[in-house]
Amino acid sequence: MSDAILATTDLSRRFGGLMAVASVAIELHRGKLHAVLGPNGAGKTTLINLLSGDLPSSRGSIRYKGDDITRLSPDRRSRIGIGRSYQKTNIFQAFTAFENCRLAAQSRAPRPLAIATDALRHTPVCDAARKALAAAGLAERGEWIASTLSHGEQRQLEIAMVLATAPEVLLLDEPLAGMGAEEARRMVELLKKITPEHAILLVEHDMDAVFAVADVITVMVNGQVLESGEPAQIRASPAVRAAYLGEDAGAGDLTERGSRA
Amino acid sequence: MKRSKIALLIALALLALFPLVGATFYTELVTKVMILAIFALSLDLLVGYTGLVSFGHAAYFGVGAYALALLAPKYEAANLWLTLGAAIGIAGLAALLVGMFVVRVKGIYFIMVTLAFAQMFYFVFHDTKFGRGSDGISMNFKPEATIGGVNLFDLGNPTHVYYLVLVALLAVFLFLRALLRSPFGRALQGIRSNEHRMRSLGYPVYRYKLASFAIAGALAGFAGYLSAMQFGFANPELLSWHQSGNVLLMLILGGIGSLYGAVIGAFAFVALQELYSYVTTHWQLLLGATIIALVIFLPGGLASVMGRFKRTLVGEPEDE
Repeated sequence: MSDAILATTDLSRRFGGLMAVASVAIELHRGKLHAVLGPNGAGKTTLINLLSGDLPSSRGSIRYKGDDITRLSPDRRSRIGIGRSYQKTNIFQAFTAFENCRLAAQSRAPRPLAIATDALRHTPVCDAARKALAAAGLAERGEWIASTLSHGEQRQLEIAMVLATAPEVLLLDEPLAGMGAEEARRMVELLKKITPEHAILLVEHDMDAVFAVADVITVMVNGQVLESGEPAQIRASPAVRAAYLGEDAGAGDLTERGSRA
Repeated sequence: MKRSKIALLIALALLALFPLVGATFYTELVTKVMILAIFALSLDLLVGYTGLVSFGHAAYFGVGAYALALLAPKYEAANLWLTLGAAIGIAGLAALLVGMFVVRVKGIYFIMVTLAFAQMFYFVFHDTKFGRGSDGISMNFKPEATIGGVNLFDLGNPTHVYYLVLVALLAVFLFLRALLRSPFGRALQGIRSNEHRMRSLGYPVYRYKLASFAIAGALAGFAGYLSAMQFGFANPELLSWHQSGNVLLMLILGGIGSLYGAVIGAFAFVALQELYSYVTTHWQLLLGATIIALVIFLPGGLASVMGRFKRTLVGEPEDE
């Protein structure tokens, strides 16, 4: 429990008879990108849902900057600095890309009583929205209706919206899902760029991307942490190989065999 | 100048000139329609901009009307400003209290719970001494609009009532337009579009929906007050579920999620009602058929006609 900005203890979530997340202890540090790997159904998205408050935990606790936030609502968690993106694109389809980000930025300066002011004239919020769009590589797409953006651009918008809420902790659920090679490369660049100012939890299937950006990797299987450590350590781990490549795994390199699941 | 602004000014000019040419009967009818337009505008804030389909909005209309009827002294005229302020406040408070329960639920449950509360309100006025039963309350005097002892206008005069209601309609329209452009209004539209994401972006969605419900209730109370003021009585029928249904139909006719649509819908609804009841006693059948046809062929409501026409002719993209 050193200087972790976000830390869980014994975090668990039960769905009926299934332990989707079982006694997970994980720590996020500012300036570090912590990737979570695991086969489908390993509990990665459930873990993010527990951290963001979308799901209540069955057991265990979450501490943020030393405070227990286990029972905090999702909107409170967002306001104290925990932002998340979604695996299935979750944007305001009918609004422009700019308005998507503007609403996100407005959540930091909501001013609900300023009913005589035009929200579009509130410069600090609009500037923050434009900055987030530019950071995610969407500077040219501001006036586009979100539903008309390409799939990759919608994924970028998803990230731009979280960035616009100026979070300290970023929980990213498969930001590369369904992206083309070029889009994926840009997203990896973006992740590298924003890591120094954030504590990032990245759930991702793309092994190349994960090994390119992660400072720490946790491998989950059946809701439990199988192995956790630096990328080199994970790559060398026999337990991880066994879980990923089958019982009698040879010496095959994880990054070659497992990419683009 | 933008086209929508020109349309607004033309409509306003027509409405302002109408009492000069129309017979008293029509002046009073249009007054009634403008009151319904305020009512429809208040519901549009919920249905069209917050995504809350209330099937019990007449409750707050009725509360506004009863507020005047109950507050008016028996043997002298009530003060317009005091009773109006009180009516809006009471209706808003009633909506706030009901809202604390109903905005927690969604979809079909929200529809049913708002209806249930409205029925409760109905029977409170219908079955208690307080509401004086099914006949309601008649007032002996119209409210007086005095400021510093000077009577500004005479609410016994239909033309004066007409202009007061016209100003009220314009005020509510402009208020809602400003509100919807404000950060608060934009957040409501975000909630309508994707409530889940709004919560994860850090918005206390419950409070926003509750505020919207209370504001809509207060504005409905405003309309109800004006109705009681115009006709001199309040009765339980003002709160009946027919009323809640009619105002929803006005929105569907005019176009949900458009302030113009709410006003156009109120006019269209009453015009069709008058027209069809002139043709047949079974006017509701024709009205129903009209609404079904409209939903099928013009799902955006009457307010979308201009845009659709434009697009068909010159292939312009759909704008707001």
